Amino acid sequence: MKKSIKEEQEENSEFNREPSDSESVKRVVVVPGETIVSGEDYLPGEGTRRINEDVVASRYGLAEIAGRVIKVISLFGAFIPRRGNVVIGRVSDITFRGWNVDIDSASAGFLPIEESPRFINKDEMDQFLAIGEVVAAKIWNVNARGIDLSFKGKGLGKLEGGFIFRVIPSRVPRIIGREGSMVNLIKDKTGCNVTIGQNGWIWIRGSSISEEIRARKAIEYVAEQVFIDGLTEKMEEWFDKNK
Amino acid sequence: MAMEITNLSKDNLKKMFKEGKRFDGRSLLDFREIEISSNVSNKAEGSARVKLGKTEVVVGIKLGVGEPYPDSPDKGNLTVSADLLPLASPRFELGPPDFPAIELPRLVDRLIRHSDIIDLGKLVIKEGEKVWTVYIDVYPINDDGGLIDASAIGALVALRGAIIPELDENGKVDYDKKSKKKFPLNEDSIPISLSFFKLGDSIILDPTREEEEACDARITYGISKVGKEYMINSCQKNGEIILTTEEINHMMKAIPEKYDSIMGKLKKYI
Repeated sequence: MKKSIKEEQEENSEFNREPSDSESVKRVVVVPGETIVSGEDYLPGEGTRRINEDVVASRYGLAEIAGRVIKVISLFGAFIPRRGNVVIGRVSDITFRGWNVDIDSASAGFLPIEESPRFINKDEMDQFLAIGEVVAAKIWNVNARGIDLSFKGKGLGKLEGGFIFRVIPSRVPRIIGREGSMVNLIKDKTGCNVTIGQNGWIWIRGSSISEEIRARKAIEYVAEQVFIDGLTEKMEEWFDKNK
Repeated sequence: MAMEITNLSKDNLKKMFKEGKRFDGRSLLDFREIEISSNVSNKAEGSARVKLGKTEVVVGIKLGVGEPYPDSPDKGNLTVSADLLPLASPRFELGPPDFPAIELPRLVDRLIRHSDIIDLGKLVIKEGEKVWTVYIDVYPINDDGGLIDASAIGALVALRGAIIPELDENGKVDYDKKSKKKFPLNEDSIPISLSFFKLGDSIILDPTREEEEACDARITYGISKVGKEYMINSCQKNGEIILTTEEINHMMKAIPEKYDSIMGKLKKYI
């Protein structure tokens, strides 16, 4: 018995949603253990696994069919570090080779002393980065010892002013939007600087406290609206309402 | 372990509090919305679930027969315990209780005991030999700051709905038999806990997790009202930063109004 995702969606009218203009892929909410599709034609992707004939979800999230590959975009869960991710972290310790950075992940990040833009004496390392300060850095390697960080890239380095807060890491792509459309809208409307880390930590610095609070509220609103399509247009309305 | 508070967020909150602003739009001494359901457990003699914003606490009351302490043969026993479940926050770990896990039940215990809301003299079955032991168990389900105040409200609501179970002919407790015996409470003095937090020069009430971590000091008052007088039943300070006389005066001025507004919200349940 073959059961496509489309048929299943029609059975569960609750999940029936209009496809948005920009995307033709249909998504359906699945829970762990739920069969998404049956048949050898499909390949299990991220967040799924094969049990006999069936492709079964292993995470709670939105199931998506892209060609033959089935994947589940999770709605909750911890941050899994990958090479190339930009993360925001807190300097947790200073060693003689560099800085340990807590990036809210299972293993700690390490920023070597060579990443400093100028020469630093080994006994004056806290003048560049002290414990408790915040950095935006890029992951350039993930290995068994830990996560190696780097400052090479635009907008990376020590963050000064403003504040940081956390959203659920799997909602980050939503906040960034298609080619950055969502975050650019928020930046335009509030006039704040926004740096988004893939680990769910977001840094905001604006001209006034009220604009900063507004930007944070907007981002938290976006992070809550998981099931809505065309959110960028909805956010325009949201900004008109929340002046 | 979640990330610890950063210098950035701390400085920013300091700046915001100075302007009297908070992320959720409250003013500095405002409480979040309180949501209460009482008698949520059918096995406990009394129970309550309290939501304070995103903070959620379940409190249960269990009664057992025990021996009185030698120094109080004519009084029942009261024990408050809390379990900071890892479920509630990434900051809580399994294992032996750490400082906050010991402090929370102690604060609730002192608040209840010294307000004399429980008439312990009426919990005696046979003087000097058999008394009721009241176990108040506090279980935080979700921690978003303000656990102490939420637990105190939970304990109060749970006590209000509690019953005393029946004893059978052998003197054993018959938990299955439905009892209608009300728990002996002193109607004149209803205690609540108010925890003031200090960051920079600002004093706030009911912080979220984020704000609580940024704050330097905390002082918890157990307040009750006898007649028209407000009474401090218990008081405990935490943190390395000192509190000035002006700040204490500022709190004392705020206490009556805060007590009345919280009591107004609790009226339905107690």
